[in-house]
Amino acid sequence: MTLPVDREIDARGSHCPGPLMELIRGSKSLADGQTIAVLSADAGSKKDIPIWVEKAGYKLLAVEEQENGVARFVVQKVARKS
Amino acid sequence: MNTPMENIVNPVVNDGRVNRMSIILFSGTVDKLLAASIMATGASAMGLEVDVFLTMWGMMAFRKGAYKELNKVSADFAEYGPMLQQKLSGPGAPNWMENLVQAKEIGDVHVYACGMTLEMFGMSKTDLEDIVDDVVGVAGFVERAKEGKVTLFV
Repeated sequence: MTLPVDREIDARGSHCPGPLMELIRGSKSLADGQTIAVLSADAGSKKDIPIWVEKAGYKLLAVEEQENGVARFVVQKVARKS
Repeated sequence: MNTPMENIVNPVVNDGRVNRMSIILFSGTVDKLLAASIMATGASAMGLEVDVFLTMWGMMAFRKGAYKELNKVSADFAEYGPMLQQKLSGPGAPNWMENLVQAKEIGDVHVYACGMTLEMFGMSKTDLEDIVDDVVGVAGFVERAKEGKVTLFV
């Protein structure tokens, strides 16, 4: 099953830490509560992306395993309370 | 038994040091430049401030345009040179300069050139890529590095 999102990023051709960087840049312009998905073939992303999402205070809605070691990370932006 | 990284409990240390990674970039071969750039990018992504101090061959890699032609690999791993050069060429290949530019875009990353090295090679800041923020001395760099939590020599 593939969760629908507000923004989809294909970072399969990108190497560590490329997919994470694309997620960070892609989520910058999102509004609070909006969702973003990033496709990554980089093994490091499986650790890196959840760690970053937690640090950023965002929500990791799903990690969808696909073929050939590709994973789709579905993230929801949560605005920081200041 | 293998321990997954997320199972490691981090001891909490609060000794007043700032969240900064200081990288002394001495090497000018693509393998080490790539490693240093990835560390800088990862640190920047995780919210650390990053200071990169360019000295000797690390600084020479930041001469204007040098990064486009640089393909030297550490001599002690010369046998991997051709393989690495092939992996690092072509569209979508990892690129250390691009990594640093991205690290700067998302975070607080400073690149400093060593004044002594500049002088030794008869160069000035204008000979270096625009990503270089400033020319500093070793004492100034160390003064900042001692406040930070992580220091790397590459």
